[in-house]
Amino acid sequence: MRCGTIARKIGMTRVFAEDGTHVPVTVLKLDNCQVTQVRDAHRDGYVAVQIGAGSRKVKNITKADRGQFAKANVEPKAKLAEFRVSEDALVEVGSMIGANHYVPGQKIDVAGTSQGKGFAGAMKRHNFAGLRASHGVSISHRSHGSTGANQDPGKVWKGKKMAGHMGAERVTTQNLEVFSVMPDEGLILVRGAVPGSKNGYVLVSDAIKAKRPDDAPFPAGLVADIVAASEEAKAEEAKAEDAPVADATAEAAPEAAPEAVEAAAAEAAAEEDNAVETPEADADGEAKE
Amino acid sequence: MNILDQIGQKEMEKTLAQRDIPAFGAGDTIRVDVKVVEGTRERIQAFEGVCIARKSDGINSSFTVRKISYGEGVERIFPLYSPRISAITVIRRGKVRRAKLYYLRGRTGKAARIVESTRDRNKATTTETNTSATA
Repeated sequence: MRCGTIARKIGMTRVFAEDGTHVPVTVLKLDNCQVTQVRDAHRDGYVAVQIGAGSRKVKNITKADRGQFAKANVEPKAKLAEFRVSEDALVEVGSMIGANHYVPGQKIDVAGTSQGKGFAGAMKRHNFAGLRASHGVSISHRSHGSTGANQDPGKVWKGKKMAGHMGAERVTTQNLEVFSVMPDEGLILVRGAVPGSKNGYVLVSDAIKAKRPDDAPFPAGLVADIVAASEEAKAEEAKAEDAPVADATAEAAPEAAPEAVEAAAAEAAAEEDNAVETPEADADGEAKE
Repeated sequence: MNILDQIGQKEMEKTLAQRDIPAFGAGDTIRVDVKVVEGTRERIQAFEGVCIARKSDGINSSFTVRKISYGEGVERIFPLYSPRISAITVIRRGKVRRAKLYYLRGRTGKAARIVESTRDRNKATTTETNTSATA
């Protein structure tokens, strides 16, 4: 079981799939998503990873929080959440999780705080049918009907569905599909809608009811992998371009490449990532040249 | 530019690399070549009629084409940047004074005619991209 991530909901848009069909997608952004603490079975009695995302001004955090962030040696985070993981899926404190944590086609669960609807009637809140438009009904067309029997039981049962506050509660949408991933921008495009309002934080985790794809990085897809991949591509490019000239950059390139490889090799799936990201990274490298 | 616009822009550029979008607006008679999948085979089907509305909203831009088919009015709304459209051709420029020609829905035959415009919209577009419908 891998850890999840905290993402910010940017909003919805549409993209076109390869076969030309249009796909409504929600754009999620991984924003400074970092491991801030690790819970282990020995000390805490359970195994989990605490993730922080966003950023907060130092003057706005409590002393207690400041101590926590200082211990983890991370920037103060706007949002913290814990994800239960299996023991082999623990991620080192301080590691930055990137959008390459997810792969296109993967199923994910997204939890967020739904948009508040205020005090809502029974029709909107519980899908009641309401009363009739005519036949003697006056004023109460949208009311609920009877709330129970008479002298026996002589009360309204607890949990009776009635009007009341609706929304602004935690909602999880299961089995959403990752349409595509943009690791360089830290964006995840999810097919369909995600609970919560724009700019709200949502918790993204692997779907509990679907198998995790084999090419998903384990235990986590890190930003370091993306950087390593792009650097490696850059180094390769430099090597290819400068090989006949054999100037200083060409000599630097082979040195840089093994380092990048080593950094990437820390992750089991790093190689696959690199392969996937190379075309984009290539373009980046070109721009920087 | 915000992130959503950037994603939309990328999608639009993908479509524009495939085909050009001519300058057209409400009142113009256009032919839209649509890719249709029949079983395993893909062929192109033309839909020809009067463009009665255009919506400009980035990647969500669309246009409405109306024609009379076997005496029955038919309207189709196409996403402007859809990859299912292989080509858009302008057949005739119309002279109209509205951006949305919904009044055509109540009319048939002689009453539904649109006078041909002599103005060249392609030339006019450089200064009139936003008001092209009024040309």
